[in-house]
Amino acid sequence: MSLPDKAGFFGMYGGRFVPAELNAVLDEIEQAFHQFKNDEDFQRELNYYFKYYVGRPSPLYYAERLTNAIGGAKIYLKREDLNHMGAHKINNTIGQVLLAKRLGKNRIIAETGAGQHGVATAAACALFGMECIIYMGEEDTRRQALNVFRMELLGAKVVPVATGTRTLKDAVDEALKDLIANYKTTFYMLGSAVGPAPYPAMVKHFQSVIGQEAKEQILELAGRLPDYLVACVGGGSNAIGLFAPFFDDKDVKMIGVEPAGRGLDTPDHAATITLGTPGIIHGYKCYLLQDDEGEPLPVYSIAAGLDYPGVGPEHSYYKDIGRAEYVTVTDQEAIDAFLKLAKTEGIIPAIESSHAVAYGMKLAAELDPDKIIIINLSGRGDKDVAEVARILGK
Amino acid sequence: MTGIERINNCFTGRAARKKCLAAFLTAGDPDLTVSETYCRAALQHVDLLEIGLPFSDPMADGPVIQAAYKRTLSAGTRLGDIFAMAQRLRTTTEKPILFMVYLNIILQRGLVRFLQEAADSGVDGLIVPDLPPEEADEILGMAHQRGLGLVFLVAPTSTDERIKLAAVKSTGFLYCVSLRGVTGVRTKLGTDLPEFIQRVRTSTDLPLMVGFGISGPEQVRQVTAIADGAIVGSALVKLLAEGEDRDENLRKLGEFLSALKKAAE
Repeated sequence: MSLPDKAGFFGMYGGRFVPAELNAVLDEIEQAFHQFKNDEDFQRELNYYFKYYVGRPSPLYYAERLTNAIGGAKIYLKREDLNHMGAHKINNTIGQVLLAKRLGKNRIIAETGAGQHGVATAAACALFGMECIIYMGEEDTRRQALNVFRMELLGAKVVPVATGTRTLKDAVDEALKDLIANYKTTFYMLGSAVGPAPYPAMVKHFQSVIGQEAKEQILELAGRLPDYLVACVGGGSNAIGLFAPFFDDKDVKMIGVEPAGRGLDTPDHAATITLGTPGIIHGYKCYLLQDDEGEPLPVYSIAAGLDYPGVGPEHSYYKDIGRAEYVTVTDQEAIDAFLKLAKTEGIIPAIESSHAVAYGMKLAAELDPDKIIIINLSGRGDKDVAEVARILGK
Repeated sequence: MTGIERINNCFTGRAARKKCLAAFLTAGDPDLTVSETYCRAALQHVDLLEIGLPFSDPMADGPVIQAAYKRTLSAGTRLGDIFAMAQRLRTTTEKPILFMVYLNIILQRGLVRFLQEAADSGVDGLIVPDLPPEEADEILGMAHQRGLGLVFLVAPTSTDERIKLAAVKSTGFLYCVSLRGVTGVRTKLGTDLPEFIQRVRTSTDLPLMVGFGISGPEQVRQVTAIADGAIVGSALVKLLAEGEDRDENLRKLGEFLSALKKAAE
């Protein structure tokens, strides 16, 4: 089956709900994407940078000590944390920068929340000698000062966004407005599988390398497909990258883990699919955390990369058709998993990915040892070490 | 009279040299009562009034209107209050009143409920900036059943195909975005505006209203020389936001609008 449909819909989700000015701009990106995604030269160049710059394929690692410590299903980790720049984000920015290059656009703009996508964008722009402007909520520039400096080191200009809640949501707004005004020279490198068509399909395409590799690797290591895939979901790009290549393998269960923050009974969470209702944000339809008059609600998670009131349209669709299940993990559970993985395997996971690890461990404990779980370790946790130390009172 | 008729009447029978002037004001800025007096004042001068409903992520709007929406939301303005305001305005005028409203506000209220409340309040039509014509059929049918018009926007980036589609579905007039960008006060109009209007003209016989970035009489004059009317928004919102006193604001608003009106005629 082929998702999305021609108008960019995944079931009732996705699409393109944008002002007239933006529609033609998105047409151009969509045409380029469809023209080049299966183009041989494009593929060759993408694979070259994946291999020699990003360091792909990323290992699928059998976490034996963690598995033994839990005493249940076998846990495999897809090591996206070992990619260049330490997260899965680079898969998408390399793909999109190659597209921008073919469109002859030398000015790249992007939004970032925690700064991971901003850093991955800045790296890709440095690699191709392109001008790079990163929109980042003013609030986030303070919380993630180190990543701001990292982007600047890579030659990017970071523009603090002082409108609205001054976070990721507002950074996306500003980037879209920049695109409308400057589309002739500018390419908008959206960082997650969200936004108006063609972005959800395009980001999925470039992130699907995760699931494609994982499938080959597990067949080689275990001789069969896994029983479960587990990944954290903010916008949902690492999760859809792992899930999508397994869509037709009906026996493989998919579990997306949303941030429950300080608890689902408090306002401080970002459990969009779990507690949201269908709505429109940033030009696409999805589950949305919103108030009774349609205003997006403020969201919270310890993981800045999961802190978003919308969610990828394809996940919204997977939820409705029952292809994937969406669960939640609190800040505290994520911190516990962060510590546990560090101690048992010598791997410090990103606090975002720790949500997936937390649920994966819970799930493994309930399953027989002959079951297999693949957890997407979407990023490394160096960026979170200071914050976790603060929380632990160290 | 239905809303659709009211919008159409605004353009039919208009002497060719008399161009249409539309004002855009935001509902509830700085609060509902004061914004209602501004709307009343504007209706004395203009031919058509657009009322912007606050939304926290207004994709098509620049900083001036975005800030106004933020003030409105902070003041706690509710949708029900805005419908009530429209109903009070309706009793004083036969000029068309349109809501500029982002799609999620409509969907969250419930499509049927929103359209019914709009029709019951005497609103004549909706401008939904993030609803592309190709996704509009369901809402269009339900709006028309209730006598409500829907106005679509086209931009210099729009293809001829999309312009035709928007024109077929638009009520009364087509909203032409003057520039590549969001709403706001600009000192100059886009140099390719005449060419764009010419291109739209070949696709439809609908009256063409030009908006986005129109800041004063000179631009109204330029726009009405090539199109059927001008829509002024951010410049008004900015003027009102900068003033400190309501009566002073009303005086300035009246002066400014009558200057614009003169320029349009």
